[in-house]
Amino acid sequence: MGSLFRSEEMTLCQLFLQSEAAYACVSELGELGLVQFRDLNPDVNAFQRKFVNEVRRCDEMERKLRYLEKEIRRDGIPMLEIPGECPEAPQPREMIDLEATFEKLENELREVNQNAEALKRNYLELTELKHILRKTQVFFDEMADPSREEEQVTLLGEEGLMAGGQALKLGFVAGVILRERIPAFERMLWRACRGNVFLRQAEIDTPLEDPSSSDQVYKSVFIIFFQGDQLKTRVKKICEGFRATLYPCPESPADRREMAMGVMTRIEDLNTVLGQTQDHRHRVLVAAAKNIKNWFVKVRKIKAIYHTLNLFNLDVTQKCLIAECWVPALDLETIQLALRRGTERSGSSVPPILNRMETLEDPPTYNRNNKFTQAFQNLIYAYGVATYREVNPAPYTIITFPFLFAVMFGDLGHGALMAAFGFWMCYKEKPLQAKKIDSEIWNIFFGGRYIILLMGLFSMYTGLIYNDIFSKSLNIFGSSWRQNYNASTLTENKLLQLNPDSPDYLQYPYPFGIDPVWQLAEANKIIFMNAYKMKISIIIGVFHMLFGVCLSLWNHLYFKRRISVYVEFIPQILFLTLLFFYMVLLMFIKWTSYGPTPGAFGSQDPAIVKTSAYCAPSILITFINMMLFKTDANTRPQCDDTMYAGQLQLQKFFVIVALLCVPVMLFGKPYFIMKEQKQRARQGHQPVEGAAENGTAGGAPVPSSGHHDDDITEVFIHQGIHTIEYVLGSVSHTASYLRLWALSLAHAQLAEVAWNMLLRKGLMSTDFQGGIFLYIVFAGWAAISVSILVLMEGLSAFLHTLRLHWVEFQSKFYAGEGLSLPTGSRFEVILDSAGPGRGVN
Amino acid sequence: MGASFVPITVFTILWGVVGIVCPIFAPKGPNRGIIQVVLMLTAATCWLFWLCAYMAQMNPLIGPRLNNETLIWISRTWGNPISNHTGA
Repeated sequence: MGSLFRSEEMTLCQLFLQSEAAYACVSELGELGLVQFRDLNPDVNAFQRKFVNEVRRCDEMERKLRYLEKEIRRDGIPMLEIPGECPEAPQPREMIDLEATFEKLENELREVNQNAEALKRNYLELTELKHILRKTQVFFDEMADPSREEEQVTLLGEEGLMAGGQALKLGFVAGVILRERIPAFERMLWRACRGNVFLRQAEIDTPLEDPSSSDQVYKSVFIIFFQGDQLKTRVKKICEGFRATLYPCPESPADRREMAMGVMTRIEDLNTVLGQTQDHRHRVLVAAAKNIKNWFVKVRKIKAIYHTLNLFNLDVTQKCLIAECWVPALDLETIQLALRRGTERSGSSVPPILNRMETLEDPPTYNRNNKFTQAFQNLIYAYGVATYREVNPAPYTIITFPFLFAVMFGDLGHGALMAAFGFWMCYKEKPLQAKKIDSEIWNIFFGGRYIILLMGLFSMYTGLIYNDIFSKSLNIFGSSWRQNYNASTLTENKLLQLNPDSPDYLQYPYPFGIDPVWQLAEANKIIFMNAYKMKISIIIGVFHMLFGVCLSLWNHLYFKRRISVYVEFIPQILFLTLLFFYMVLLMFIKWTSYGPTPGAFGSQDPAIVKTSAYCAPSILITFINMMLFKTDANTRPQCDDTMYAGQLQLQKFFVIVALLCVPVMLFGKPYFIMKEQKQRARQGHQPVEGAAENGTAGGAPVPSSGHHDDDITEVFIHQGIHTIEYVLGSVSHTASYLRLWALSLAHAQLAEVAWNMLLRKGLMSTDFQGGIFLYIVFAGWAAISVSILVLMEGLSAFLHTLRLHWVEFQSKFYAGEGLSLPTGSRFEVILDSAGPGRGVN
Repeated sequence: MGASFVPITVFTILWGVVGIVCPIFAPKGPNRGIIQVVLMLTAATCWLFWLCAYMAQMNPLIGPRLNNETLIWISRTWGNPISNHTGA
């Protein structure tokens, strides 16, 4: 039996590792990813564990790497993917080298950054000064202009000018301020100085770089004229408040020119130095970018190993570490080999010891999956991880999932689109995997590529059966319907119905799928298709549920729950078969026994009328009457009351037996458990079969603790809930499968609307304008087909299928109460499970 | 009844081969069980689905109700040319 049908058998092992070999051994086991270690010091605080220092060092290294990564990203340097295989965990002594490398890199980078920042600040100041000198020149020129004399007059006042002439000279300050602060700044100056200052400002056109945040900011140059020291202090205070930078500005034009010259040369020098600094930084980062992913993996692996080592116990002699771990029983040899490799690598002479242990604990669940089955397993695990050694629904889901999906999505065209997409992803698997696309939606699609491919293929098959391709049909085998009306009838009547009880129908059905004539019958296609699709929904649903109940038998047999077979499985399957499978049988009887009789078309012979379409009963009414022990008065005297002789008696018997099953389900198990407890009390404490009743341990030793002496009421309540769930569930779940019909109908109708409203209009247009019109309309139709009919409808059908599996199917046998053994991505898993709670960070 | 021998035999044998014969010859290896389950379930579901479609049409209770233009087109392309004398 393949291991996918049930989870792997696990054994608890004790592991003795020499201190010096422990690191290498854990590293090898980590690469294998088959072992789950148990925490042997749960009481010990995370900060008091043995390898806290190492974990801290790893954290520190990770911090440095993250800093490097941030800097690399800021410069937009591409980081090289790890070529080929993931690097192995490095030796502990390599850790020091790595630390030194990272330390050096970080220091170098920080120094360069500091220098660059200082240089930039300097550069900014000089640039601002340059702008001030340039812009203020204009202001001073204006001041000298005699026509502006009046402004001076307003500032100095009439008598001031009269009084001193040369003594009263205007003072000024010049500076730079953020452009958006100008209005507020101006208002504040005006209010604080009561209009006694004069502000001139000019915008700097090019944005300047802020050295602290390296943002581009727009600034303005301003100059303020005022008179007197009091105003000067006030103005300076306001400038400070608005974070304006003030620069000394010589008063005489000659000094200003000289200063401007000096500033220009200094700026040029600075530019050279800045360029060199940037070059250096870039070189350092490019070198780091080549290795950074590699380093990340290495550091994470080291950290994971030390986290794992922290779970171990120290031997009294301090010479060796003791670990406990869950191991798949079949992989013991592989693990032994890995341990041996680890010992050899570390050069230790004492081999590690792996001991099997007996335990009463529930082992973790581990399913060996391949890339094909993994996606289906994930669908199941999204609901709940299987209880240890329980039947795993995943292998059956591989087919039932795409099939149920396809019943809702049945369309050859849309199915082909989906299958093509799935096939492309499977065909280009390796290159697509290598690309490592980060988009979440893409990863979902790519992870489910095999599901998509299968869903597409099954949709093509169901589409062929529904004879539906973009809401049109294919006439492959030749329709079974003929047209026999004469010309006058055809011209006089707009709508005409073909009669199956006449030569219109060739008396043998279309061999594969639905007859193509039905897609053409716009008037009553839905009536026919609804009757057909509703019936198949119930048929498929009942088979699906019966299959689920049968799987529960397999579980009972495996766990040796003999009582459960008698008081759970048998009444359950009887209940489902006698009521719902019987209804399915009625459908088949109706299909086979009512219809036209070849050679006796339109005959009034009572024997023939009894099997004609006129006498066909409604299955739903029959079923409801069966449940209510009721018979309707016969309104069609030519017809029989029943579909076959003795139907009413047989139905009564079925319902009574089915109802009798309910108390068996309800009280059977508690009764047997009670009986066993009494027996045990009499015989003394011996493990009996009832012990396995709650037991998850199939082959494992029976738990001998007395937990089944628990209150018997709990058993009653538990069983009551299960029985009610099953009995009511049978009704509601059967009805729930009607969603197969509902979604299929919706899909077919939407496809038809898309065709009729869009593409049909385009196809019916003529001339060359019609060609252009068709071209545009086709684009619209194709877009709607892909986006709404394939993507949205596909998603909705997918979710409904998921529900049918999780609720309707798995509720019959699947407990899903297991703990997952972390599989797959090895080291990362250890880190995740270590988590921030147990981590030192 | 309205069943014919050929299609029922052909499709039952076809899916029977997929679901019963092929699993016997499934390649040995760790995935043999999965391959067998996949083949058997595929055959079972596909056969059941085909069977339901076939049986639902074996004894039609109603006939398609068609537009007269469609009926004329059916006469032309599927055989049975329109007769001019009265009586259908």
